[in-house]
Amino acid sequence: MSAQASSSEPMIEHRSIWKRPVTWVAIVAFVAFLVILYVLGTRELTFGTDVAPDPNLKWDWPYVISLIPDMLNALSVTAFATVYGFILAVILGFFLALGRRSQSRWISWPVSGFIEFVRSTPLLIQLYFLFFGLASATPIRFSSNQALILGLGIHYATYCSEAYRAGINSVPGGQWEAATAMNLKPSTTWTRVIIPQAIPNALPALGNYLVAGFKDAPLGFAINVTGLMFFATTVRGRDFRPIEPFLMIGVGFLLVSLPAAWLIRRLERRISYDRI
Amino acid sequence: MSGLLLNPSQYQRLLEGAWFTVQILGYSFVLGVFLSLVFGVLRLSDNRIVRGIALTYTEFARGISSIVLLFIMAYAVPILMGLPQANLTLLASIALGLNMGGYGAEIIRGGILSVPRGQTEASIALNLTNNQRLRHIILPQAMRVILPPMGNLTIEILKGTALVSLIGLVDLTGAEALAFNGQAAPTFEGVRHSRAVFDLNVLVMYFVIAQAINLLFRRFEARIDARFESRKGEIAPVEDAIGASK
Repeated sequence: MSAQASSSEPMIEHRSIWKRPVTWVAIVAFVAFLVILYVLGTRELTFGTDVAPDPNLKWDWPYVISLIPDMLNALSVTAFATVYGFILAVILGFFLALGRRSQSRWISWPVSGFIEFVRSTPLLIQLYFLFFGLASATPIRFSSNQALILGLGIHYATYCSEAYRAGINSVPGGQWEAATAMNLKPSTTWTRVIIPQAIPNALPALGNYLVAGFKDAPLGFAINVTGLMFFATTVRGRDFRPIEPFLMIGVGFLLVSLPAAWLIRRLERRISYDRI
Repeated sequence: MSGLLLNPSQYQRLLEGAWFTVQILGYSFVLGVFLSLVFGVLRLSDNRIVRGIALTYTEFARGISSIVLLFIMAYAVPILMGLPQANLTLLASIALGLNMGGYGAEIIRGGILSVPRGQTEASIALNLTNNQRLRHIILPQAMRVILPPMGNLTIEILKGTALVSLIGLVDLTGAEALAFNGQAAPTFEGVRHSRAVFDLNVLVMYFVIAQAINLLFRRFEARIDARFESRKGEIAPVEDAIGASK
């Protein structure tokens, strides 16, 4: 064996690569592989689209009922964020309205610009800015809930300021003149004459914005708030059943916002009735 | 100041996203205006059942959160309807359009109610059909009341389009995330910007789009007002008519 190998060694060294049988076997295998690819494959990269949903998936009432406790937890997170955000909006909006009415241009112009800017840009990006942006550029850190409350508060403060402005403008000019004639201080004029008449006029609009804020609050899902939207997407990922959780929160929103809209309409009618 | 500006390639990416935002706004606007016209007119129908259907639709579209409607459209509707691979752009536009239609129907209804009743009575007296009355008498006059709130509503829908990034479409908001995450690539060249700079730039871009919409609506309003003024000029010479009959 060893003698044969030693005698054949020089022969292998001098033989051309094309005369080695291994080369031909490799070439034939490669061509055969290409032929098989050509026959079996197609020219375009496509994937099968047989990812149709399970046809046996049916609406499942026991499953819906089993989800209710989690949904109520999530609802409380969203609802409290809305309420806190709206309290912030009502207070901040009043100062924005005063700032916009200010005699000094140095106050009124920047405030008007801020209101216009915040009103015409999406809340989603404002939340991104408060949650991711500020943390990336400054040492300010907000938790998810704080960022949502602050974002909702500022966004709806600009809306509320318009409601207040309309309310203040609806106070008849004679009230201002009477206050001046009675030599009231500006602070007294505001707190005793104008605001008590302006706020009831603004109340229905403020109520509408509370409902609108509640409808925008699930956006907090984008900055990891564990509210209604988080509940629905998590359940969808866990059980692969998107229909029940999403329709549940949809119906949940209708159950809250329709009665709220009805109450606001009644409030509006009642206030206008009182004033006649 | 230059620290607040992004790189040209990043701006290009954002502009591509902005174009998609404008497109999806266009689709939902067309659907929204159609729905608001139809349901705004149906809200004033004489038939109680038709009125009830229109009321149900507007209350539904206004009562449900637009983000929830969008997610229902994107995830639940394809399964309920058995669509294997749904067109997300279409579904998102439908969701936003449905939402806009609810609010728009109320605007149109208010506009139609603002037209003096004598106009309706006069057109009935002139033997115009219902459609003619609506097309030539009522809607042109209601337009002056309809347009300003419609412009605000369109800006609200523009703000709503930012939500489509959450279901995986690459609009301006989605492009922002792509451009920002692209900075993490080892092949990235140029200055890396913080997330805050990206957010501010995108906010300004949305603001510019909103102002453009505002401007368009203002011009449209001015044109409609001008038409009204000229109409007055044509109809005014009543004395001439009296003089001619003498």
